[in-house]
Amino acid sequence: MHIVVCIKQVPDSTQIRVHPVTNTIMRQGVPTIINPYDLFALEEALRLRDLFALEEARWLRDPSRGKVTVVTMGPPMAAQALRKALTYGADRAVLVTDRRFAGSDTLATSFALSCAIAKIGERFGPPDIIFTGKQTIDGDTAQVGPGIAKCLNIQQLTYIKRVTRIDHLRRSIDVERCLEGGTQFIESKMPCLITMLDGLNTIRRGSIDESLRAARSSILTWGVADLGVRDVDKFGLKGSPTVVKRVFAPAPRAQKSVQLGTANKTVRHVADELVAWISSHQPKLADGPLSKPGA
Amino acid sequence: MMMKLPTQFQDHRHVWVYIELEESQVNPVSIELLGEGRKLADKLGAQLAGVVMGPPKGGGGGPALEEAFAYGADLVYLVESQLLTNYRNEPYTKALTDLVTIHKPEILLLGATTLGRDLAGSVATSLKTGLTADCTELNIDSDGSLAATRPTFGGSLLCTIYTLSSRPQMATVRPRVMSMPERQTKPVGRIIRHELTMVEEEIATKVIGFLADNRSDRPDLAKADVVVGCGLGIGAAINLKHVGALARTIGGEMGCTRPLVQKGWASSFRQIGQTGVTIRPKLYIAAGISGAVQHRVGAEGADLIIAINNDPHAPIFDFAHVGVVADAHRLLPALTKAFSRLMPLRERQLCELRVKAYE
Ligand SMILES: Cc1cc2nc3c(=O)[nH]c(=O)nc-3n(C[C@H](O)[C@H](O)[C@H](O)COP(=O)(O)OP(=O)(O)OC[C@H]3O[C@@H](n4cnc5c(N)ncnc54)[C@H](O)[C@@H]3O)c2cc1C
Repeated sequence: MHIVVCIKQVPDSTQIRVHPVTNTIMRQGVPTIINPYDLFALEEALRLRDLFALEEARWLRDPSRGKVTVVTMGPPMAAQALRKALTYGADRAVLVTDRRFAGSDTLATSFALSCAIAKIGERFGPPDIIFTGKQTIDGDTAQVGPGIAKCLNIQQLTYIKRVTRIDHLRRSIDVERCLEGGTQFIESKMPCLITMLDGLNTIRRGSIDESLRAARSSILTWGVADLGVRDVDKFGLKGSPTVVKRVFAPAPRAQKSVQLGTANKTVRHVADELVAWISSHQPKLADGPLSKPGA
Repeated sequence: MMMKLPTQFQDHRHVWVYIELEESQVNPVSIELLGEGRKLADKLGAQLAGVVMGPPKGGGGGPALEEAFAYGADLVYLVESQLLTNYRNEPYTKALTDLVTIHKPEILLLGATTLGRDLAGSVATSLKTGLTADCTELNIDSDGSLAATRPTFGGSLLCTIYTLSSRPQMATVRPRVMSMPERQTKPVGRIIRHELTMVEEEIATKVIGFLADNRSDRPDLAKADVVVGCGLGIGAAINLKHVGALARTIGGEMGCTRPLVQKGWASSFRQIGQTGVTIRPKLYIAAGISGAVQHRVGAEGADLIIAINNDPHAPIFDFAHVGVVADAHRLLPALTKAFSRLMPLRERQLCELRVKAYE
């Protein structure tokens, strides 16, 4: 089984500060991490590889155990994220990098990654499953997974909690999908693209062996020319139908919050004052939920 | 914003809203979008259309059609097919993509639900057009383009995005971000039917089952009028009972920040924020919450935000309407008592019973 995992290197959004004057992200000193959701995808891929390695060797007479290929599109620095993925146990890594990818929106990114995955398929055998995280923590769009699936013309399975069964002979896969009202059980044909939710697995700690191997492995690096696409206008800014016109900080609330003083007052006093304030400012509440307690 | 729209897109008109159905009920986010779509259509001098897809029911789409017209649609595109019984990406993508190709909308809006995001991503890629996810504001620019504003970098910044050289301009909006429009009594208007040209064999997936979440374990935070939220400042899992008691007393739901879910103190359905639920209550009481941007984006739509935090410099005070610098463990029980003092005796006794049962 060959599994491809798409990952992204992102700034750790909990540590981001916005420049008060220019409204730009101050990246200096902000650590970069692998997008947290992608780690759930990577772990699921590694788990499936390990789970089926034995079966594949025995029943399918395929002595080469399954492989996990990680791929990312980004600046040369994104190689760090790939190396990290190798230390977790991925087998090979591909960096898709080129000035001409700069400014890609989700459509252009999906297109570039799908070209890279097609090429990975040619080089190392077609993937059975492609994993991505549910979304990234910097862009938050959840669009690149579905975009890649559509570009490759394969089935997309989004918001997946876990893969429960794989049938190699029928080339089918069963997954649990998380919807607003519950869990949906889906059977799909392979190849397919899965976007992973957070929560059910935790990324393994790489072994020392794997770290050593990761340090030695080379990372394949492909640019626009390597992807075999004639129409280079499909990449980067030119291939992006959306344009970011304005970036700004959320407006601070016009009014500063009213501070109810607590000095020299008992808790009961403060509580009464607060309740009085709420009742006077939200009269709607008085004939709404507050009048129907515990409803 | 200057537009260089290729000629093949110039006859794209009208604003469309995808009407999401949950067991033939209209998802409220679609109604919120009809309200927003109406405003955009009026600014453009265009028509507003709803798109309804689902299994055939006979009698033309049922309540979804009535709802669409009652909330402002001028017409509805209707696709009915046995293949659309459960949501599956392929037949829904095919139906919506074909509809767009034939009838050419200028703007297409979907709810940023699991279904809406799944569908929007494939449709936009099929049509090679722009899609802006999770918008918090939609507007029409002076030259008629859609200006879609959305949070980025986890909510620390907002950006306004345009789709310049392709059509339709697509956007998703999270539930409860736009306000609910007024319902009008209007008869069902013009319906345009479309045949889905696809057979089961072309579809790679089967839905083999569905397990609904246990309702009692599943608060509907998004719809609650009153929410009492708590964060790490609550100190320990045992103190959650003070939060629950207050919520019960004032007829609200309990919410929390992400670390509480990660610690296993609360179920993930209670998490408010970027990766949790967006709430829009009339009253939000936030106790022991610092007010990180990821929490803020899910909570700031509340009409009245009361923050209780023992650190006067906590960022939550930047967006709360009322700030109380106090110890949450002590103030919460006092608040519960203060609220119950307002109630008539019988109600108060009933409420105390309920709170006891809860503890
Ligand atoms: C990708 C990503 C997504 C995220 N999504 C979400 C999300 O959806 N929702 C979310 O909530 N978070 C989310 N977070 C986490 C978020 O960044 C913050 O870490 C989190 O909101 C902080 O929770 P908190 O306020 O409970 O804890 P803290 O930041 O630790 O704050 C605790 C607060 O309690 C106060 N306090 C302490 N003791 C008391 C007391 N006795 N009385 C009163 N106050 C007291 C402190 O002064 C402090 O302000 C996300 C993070 C990432 C990276």
